[in-house]
Formats: sequence, structure tokens, C-alpha cells
Amino acid sequence: MIAVTSVKTLPEAYAVLAARPPGLRVLAGGTDLMVAINARVGLDRIGHVLDIWSLRELRGVSLSLDDGALRIGALTTYSEILRSPLVKEALPALAAVSREVGAWAIQNRGTLGGNVCNASPAGDTLPLLIAADARLVLGGPRGERVVPAEEFFVAYRKTALGADELLLRVEIPVSKDARLGYRKIGTRRAQSVSKTLIAVRALPGLREVRIAAGSVAPVPLRCRRAEAAAMSGGDVRAALQLDISPIDDVRSTAGYRRVVSANVLEQLLRELG
Amino acid sequence: MRLELTINGAVRALTVEPLARLLDVLREDLVLTGTKEGCGEGECGACAVLIDGQLVNSCLVPACQVAGASVVTVEGLSSLDGTLTPLQRCFVERGGAQCGICTPGMIVAGHCFLESGAEATDAAVREAIAGNLCRCTGYAKIVESIVRVAQEKRG
Repeated sequence: MIAVTSVKTLPEAYAVLAARPPGLRVLAGGTDLMVAINARVGLDRIGHVLDIWSLRELRGVSLSLDDGALRIGALTTYSEILRSPLVKEALPALAAVSREVGAWAIQNRGTLGGNVCNASPAGDTLPLLIAADARLVLGGPRGERVVPAEEFFVAYRKTALGADELLLRVEIPVSKDARLGYRKIGTRRAQSVSKTLIAVRALPGLREVRIAAGSVAPVPLRCRRAEAAAMSGGDVRAALQLDISPIDDVRSTAGYRRVVSANVLEQLLRELG
Repeated sequence: MRLELTINGAVRALTVEPLARLLDVLREDLVLTGTKEGCGEGECGACAVLIDGQLVNSCLVPACQVAGASVVTVEGLSSLDGTLTPLQRCFVERGGAQCGICTPGMIVAGHCFLESGAEATDAAVREAIAGNLCRCTGYAKIVESIVRVAQEKRG
């Protein structure tokens, strides 16, 4: 029997986290956790569900007055992101990728914070967050701290999140000069999990380039060798192969992922450079 | 848990498990069997309903998250006397329903699209129902049915 606590405020949530109940799982929009619960996968490892869906203070998009970064509450849904005038203006690529997550019914429930904390190597928004150098603000009874997105995913489905911490919000720096783009490759446009997803942030002339990839390693991955090659006019295709370590699985093959990831990266660098 | 919510306009109170799927609460506890189970993992849209006006897959929504919410099922989108709504009539006239399993979800998603006020282009309708799978692959007629209602509404 799984205990469930539904909370409406952060102090209520922190009180549950402080008690560190065994097998605690956080429930946001349910588009990942409910799939596992319905399939009875890993059910014996879930002792307590902390339902934060009604935690209003973690919802919404705003601009930071300090540095102009886009601040997106962890419980902001994909629908809210793709309809946000602030996102459309400052980070259209994030609106575009949100529109490619599932379809309407998933976009209405799935949250940015859920995508981050579920930490799937195929999480649609994650390469974009890494390429954009997003900061993840974590909070708990012991206080708040900031972890760069690229350091958050420590191993397959393992994150830097402490047992008594929640992801509160994602802060994404916005720059007038840098251009951010991505391309998701799936079996079909809607409702598909990616075979590969490449995200690039570049300054004109490829003076500065950040590259991240999804579905081609155990974690969403920053591709530093490919970045170095892109900035020095080197062989980007070859460099990328050293960054990624794709596997054969139900969705694709390692070989396909290697070729298509390189194709997509070259295309993005042409478009953004 | 004690759950109170509005279903198709009527306030209902019942006792449920907090992680019970809204789909099961609707079908088992409330005997509203218009909502279908397809995949049970949010891929197919057969269980689509509206929560506070938003399209969701009821197989992925736990009961604890609908306390106080307003849920509309496909039964709530039909008229009480059995007269067909424009959307239902267009599905019948245009062959938008074949085996019928996806139809309630298609009607709910189609309703959502029509309410959005977006222009009823083929591409826009296809995006709106992208989360609803039809195993009969009868998409052309389904899209045509929804487009037709939009055209009638515009007059």
C-alpha cells in the first residue's frame, strides 16, 4: 500500500521531505510516474508518493530582474511553455520542443520539472537545457542550491537531486546574440520517443558553440569534443562520434543514431553558424 | 480518500484510492463507460477526457489530482435526449467512426480543437488529434468530420 500526500504549499512539501519516508517518489503531472505505476514496474520500491501537482508557487514563466534569465517553475506544463509570450520571444526553441512532446493531452499534464527529474536519456527538453547552459534551482528543508543542467544527470536515470530536495525552477540565460536550435528525430512527429535529439547554442560565425545530445548515451550529454571541432573548423562528424555512445534498442540502432546525429549536427551548425 | 469532484456538471462524492486512475474511477465507480482504455500508458488517447477544460489522458491522472476539479467525459459532450451533436452527426455522416474504440477520445479531442477557435486546416486538426490513435487507420474521415463541423459553425 503506497501512502500518498498531496501538498499545496512548499512548507508542506518540505515537511514531508524532511521526514525522508522510505521509497519517496515525487508526483508532478504523472505522465511518467503513472505509466510505471499502471504497468506495476518497480512498485515495490515506491513507499510514499508526494503529490506536488497543486503546488501553485512552482508554476509559471517569468524573467529574472537580476540577469534577464528566463525562470520557469518546475511544474510549468509544456502547454504553458509553448503558449508563453516570454518563451516565444526569448527562447522559441524551447516552445518548439515542448510542442513536440507527446501530443496535446501529454503537453497539458507533463511538466518541465518532471522531464528534468525523470532524467530519461531521451527527455525531449534536456539537451536544449544543457546547450542553453540552464541552471537548476533545487530546494529542500536544508535550503536552496543551484546545479548547472549539464552536471545534474550523473548516471543512467540518476540525478544530483538529494533525497530531501525538489527541483523548484529552471533558469535559462537569454542572450541576444546566441542562437539556439535543436532537432528531434523520432518514428513520427507526435507521441514518439526520440531516436536522437541534438541541441546547439551558437554565436554567429560559430565563435562559441555548446552542443548537447539525447538518446545517444546513458544520460543527456554535453558534447565537448564536437564543440571544440565546431569552433576550430575541425571534423565535427568524427568528434561527435567520440562524445556519444549510442546503443541498439527498441527504437533504433547504434549505427543509425551515429550517422543521423552527425547529419543533424552538421545541419544545425550550418543553420545557426 | 474522500473525493469530491464535478462530473459532466454534477457534483459527485465517492471514496477512492488516491492513486486510482481517473479512467477507473469513471468506468468502475461512476459507470461512465464511454471513456475507453486503449494502451494504459498515455500513447493512444482512447481514454481522453477534459479536466477543467483541458484535454488529458485519464489513464495517467490519479484520483488525488482531480479533487475539486471539473471533469467532462464523452457522455457530457452528448445531448441528454439522444439528439446527435454536430460533431457526432458529422462523424456518422462522414464515416468518422469505424470499430468505435477510438471514437470517444476522438470526439473529446475534436471538441477541444473546435473550442480552441483555431482555423480548421487539415494540419491543425491532425496536430490536435495527434495523441489519438485509430487502429482502423480511418484518419482521413475523422479529420474530414472535424473540419466539416468547423465549416458548419463558421456558416
